[in-house]
Amino acid sequence: MNGISGAGGVEAAVAAAFREEWGQILATLIRVTGDWDLAQECAQDAFAQALDRWRRDGVPRRPGAWLTTTARNRALDLLRREAVGAEKLREVAVSARNEPSYDVEGHDSGVEDDRLRLIFTCCHPALPIEARVALTLRTLAGLTTPEIAHAFLVPEATMAQRLVRAKRKIRNAGIPYRVPPAHLLPERTTCVLGVLYLLFNEGYAATSGADRVRADLCAEAIRLARVLARLMPDEPEVLGLLALLLLHDARRATRVDAAGDPVSLEDQDRTAWNRAEAEEGAALLETTLRRGRPGPYQIQAAIAACHTTAPTAADTDWADIAGLYGELERFVPSAVIRLNRAFAVGMAEGPEAGLALVAGLEREGELADYHLLPATRADLLRRAGRQGEAAEAYERALELVENDAERRFLERRLAECRSA
Amino acid sequence: MKYLLFVCLPASDEDTRPGKGTTVRLRPPDDATTVRVRGDEVLLSDGPFTGGEEYVAAVDLVEAGDLDEAIALAAQHSALVGGGPVEVRPVWE
Repeated sequence: MNGISGAGGVEAAVAAAFREEWGQILATLIRVTGDWDLAQECAQDAFAQALDRWRRDGVPRRPGAWLTTTARNRALDLLRREAVGAEKLREVAVSARNEPSYDVEGHDSGVEDDRLRLIFTCCHPALPIEARVALTLRTLAGLTTPEIAHAFLVPEATMAQRLVRAKRKIRNAGIPYRVPPAHLLPERTTCVLGVLYLLFNEGYAATSGADRVRADLCAEAIRLARVLARLMPDEPEVLGLLALLLLHDARRATRVDAAGDPVSLEDQDRTAWNRAEAEEGAALLETTLRRGRPGPYQIQAAIAACHTTAPTAADTDWADIAGLYGELERFVPSAVIRLNRAFAVGMAEGPEAGLALVAGLEREGELADYHLLPATRADLLRRAGRQGEAAEAYERALELVENDAERRFLERRLAECRSA
Repeated sequence: MKYLLFVCLPASDEDTRPGKGTTVRLRPPDDATTVRVRGDEVLLSDGPFTGGEEYVAAVDLVEAGDLDEAIALAAQHSALVGGGPVEVRPVWE
């Protein structure tokens, strides 16, 4: 027992344990009971008991172990009371006996595996993508259903239903609770990374202060990516994703102005970037790239690092970025990536070189309805001093843009071109 | 667990593989009759109950440890019919 005994201290200890241990405790309870709802109920119950008991007896030396044991005992109680199959009861009781590691040394590898099992199960591709995201937040991050509903701008009842359906499908369709075997692992890891990236982008898209809950999704995504990176330290793409999220997050505060309008990278206040996050991301990326197994997340992180580590916008190594987009396109062929490369080439070799590539994309026709195609052309024309043509391209982009904040940004640029 | 795999083909294609193992190969949808009951009346219509671009060419009742195993079996079916969709449905047990 440590010395914390004041009521405030106990509450803080329970809150800290919740943040640190919730996913782990729930993951273990799901494994031993095989019942997601029972596991959830018992884990919540353990935290409620902790408030009382820790006040009386002091905070245990390893809160996670105490909570897991308490939750498991609760599960045994409930199963006995409901007189469910003796078989199930035996399983839970046996698994309780066979894991002395809980009461001795906490996080052994078997226990860590539970959280990994949970992540892979929540992100199973047989579940709809919205359900994967919601389930990951509910189970691993411990967010409440109303919090998740708010973050994704859907009614609470819709979110509750989504979670119920997902858990039902896991049970009824026999989605296995496990870390996938080697032949499925690469594909399934990509699924997990996709969920975390989507989670982060959802938060990144939040702009105003009223969107605090949404913005918190960035922090949750980074936290989960850290957990994953700890659990899968040999997967370069896992580390690549964590690096990418850190490098993006470092610039988050300056991406929009006070009115919520986007600020272009060149105009962002670089002194307000989060140096610690940027440096951590860049260092992580460097060690990861040394393994020589590149992938789309590592390459995107490398592009983000080019931006985030440049002391001024003028110092940005655009030739490097253009090369990286070329590399990225080999992994994930896409016209949007080719458009980004065209812009980078324009910045590295001069606007005309970029415009030639944009013209090629226009001929392909794949991005005909994408506002960033004319917007990119407009930006390169503006830089080439061809303001009249740039204005026309901005007008075309304005016909296609849907987001209000982006519309205002394009309108400002259009006005600048006309007055030049 | 038991899963029933519905192996589908585009309406224009014919399934020419022999049914083997647990696979039950079905005669073409032209030979299907759909039965519905309305009150006391038995209503019949010619053809499969689903219209549209695909039809169920075969079904396979398989035993699998979990969904991942069932998906692997479904993928084998899909590859054999040129990438057609295969619906995997757990069976009530």
